[in-house]
Amino acid sequence: MKSRSSAIVMVLYLLFLMIPIYWLVNMSLKTNAEITGTFSLFPNNLTFRNYQVILTDPSWYMGYVNSIIYVVMNTVISITVALPAAYAFSRYSFIGDKHLFFWLLSNRMAPPAVFALPFFQLYSSIGLFDTHIAVALAHCLFNVPLAVWILEGFMRGVPKEIDETAYIDGYSFPRFFVKIFMPLIASGIGVAAFFCFMFSWVELLLSRTLTSVNAKPIAATMTRTVSASGMDWGVLAAAGVLTILPGALVIWFVRNYIAKGFALGRV
Amino acid sequence: MVLELQSVSRMVEGRVHIHPTSLTLQNGTMNVLLGPTLSGKTSLMRLMAGLDAPTTGRILWHGEDVTGRRVQDRGVAMVYQQFINYPGLSVYENIASPLRILGRPKDEVDRKVRETAEMLHLTPMLARKPLELSGGQQQRCALARALVKGAGLVLLDEPLANLDYKLREELRVEIPRIFEASGAIFVYATTEPEEALLLGGNTATLWEGRVTQFGPTPRVYRQPVDATTARVFSDPPMNFTSALKQGARLAFGQDVTAPAEGNFAVADGAYMAGFRANHLSLHRPATSALDLRCKVIVTEITGAQSFVHVSHGEDRWIALVEGVQVLEPGQEVSLWLEPRHIYLFDAEGRLAAPASYAEAA
Repeated sequence: MKSRSSAIVMVLYLLFLMIPIYWLVNMSLKTNAEITGTFSLFPNNLTFRNYQVILTDPSWYMGYVNSIIYVVMNTVISITVALPAAYAFSRYSFIGDKHLFFWLLSNRMAPPAVFALPFFQLYSSIGLFDTHIAVALAHCLFNVPLAVWILEGFMRGVPKEIDETAYIDGYSFPRFFVKIFMPLIASGIGVAAFFCFMFSWVELLLSRTLTSVNAKPIAATMTRTVSASGMDWGVLAAAGVLTILPGALVIWFVRNYIAKGFALGRV
Repeated sequence: MVLELQSVSRMVEGRVHIHPTSLTLQNGTMNVLLGPTLSGKTSLMRLMAGLDAPTTGRILWHGEDVTGRRVQDRGVAMVYQQFINYPGLSVYENIASPLRILGRPKDEVDRKVRETAEMLHLTPMLARKPLELSGGQQQRCALARALVKGAGLVLLDEPLANLDYKLREELRVEIPRIFEASGAIFVYATTEPEEALLLGGNTATLWEGRVTQFGPTPRVYRQPVDATTARVFSDPPMNFTSALKQGARLAFGQDVTAPAEGNFAVADGAYMAGFRANHLSLHRPATSALDLRCKVIVTEITGAQSFVHVSHGEDRWIALVEGVQVLEPGQEVSLWLEPRHIYLFDAEGRLAAPASYAEAA
């Protein structure tokens, strides 16, 4: 009896969580007339026109392409930079290492709006405005510290003696790092990459400020859908569904390590 | 092949880890570093390996100065107390990795890996990952990786300390055999005097970052140069009491006197008398034996032997006696000690007169 009532609570809670997502999917499969005219739990006239619009109109699908380009760029840069930094923090002690490490995390806490203005002015003046690399670099501001923190936690779990054994065996540092060390923290790299990907993917303010046409991300496209004929609700909903998909796909690969990632690698 | 340390020292953040130490390890010798925890065994070993740079002094290998040389180019091998293997690689690949780095041909790698695995009884486990093995097998895998490349210097840092009793016994027997087959210089760190005696070779006793004595193991055991060495190389630790030599008599402990003859014919003055726990006896072994009146504090029974903790005036001693001895705490007992088992140390702790039994041997 008890287990049944707790199951009911659980199901209700899951339904509650799923309602907005369901409603989004529901809307994306309806016509605009149905969305605005009636209340229906299921699409009465099932249509894929909304998806068709997005996948055929460059002003829509280029938004995804742009987003993916700078998100991937950012993830690659963040992980490449964070790997050696995290290794240094986990293996060596140097003057001010603890303060520096904490300062890195505090970067994560600054609101992006603070940095939007300096980035905009800086990138405009050096000709990086409206490029993918501009957004990728701007996102490094909060993704590199995060990646360093996550990777450091995973690296700390690898005993220092493994490094030394490898040197004694004759491994040079780069070879040890790539052949022995990186496989040992592969899950950490995966989690860090996932977090970089997600935070870069969902970030709106900086990416919208630093782009206009050529590198305009999907999130910005979605906020500019009011046309002369009014709001195109269906297309907007379809865009939302497609925006959730990459995250849902990536999360599948790191599902076993995600909790450790949220704990910044510390168990 | 010779490894020579020339007044090598190491300081870390103003604290001395190793006092200036000079040691010469000859080719094909087993050298034991014996000392309690924090005595500097691992620090000294890391200097030998080249993992740490000495603050002062030089390290010579074959007479060639290798002090500043990278550890990769030293041609050393090391096994840690923790079982350190590459978790991602199979046992076979673990053992093969030093050879692959050296760029040896495939068939040679294969032959050597199989030979070494055979010697360490790892052949059935070659395909497995290290973490799927038992502790003893993991440590044997680490040993195999250390041995396979034929390094001239093999450092073993308390390799058996994390193993359970049975496996330790097993590997302890194998290590001298492996050592003989390798022909390298072995350096073996341990906290246990018993292990040093079992391994033989040479022993360096360490105390607070200093090598107190270095020489053939039996000689260091029987003729410690000072009280510190005697304390380190004795399990349970050596018992001490103050002694006074005056004329023809040597007085020590509480109203115990012995004729000052033979080894006791030293200059008049104050000394420290030391004797090992196993030389105390509950039965009078010889007419010359001295009667030490002691009070029992506690008795630990291991089965074949009993450790009797006693007090004698201000002194606390341990007697290691045969069989199960049931002694009540507070009980008065006579412990017998033969004068020939007594070492005399002077006021600075240096050996003044060795026990005569040790000289005979």
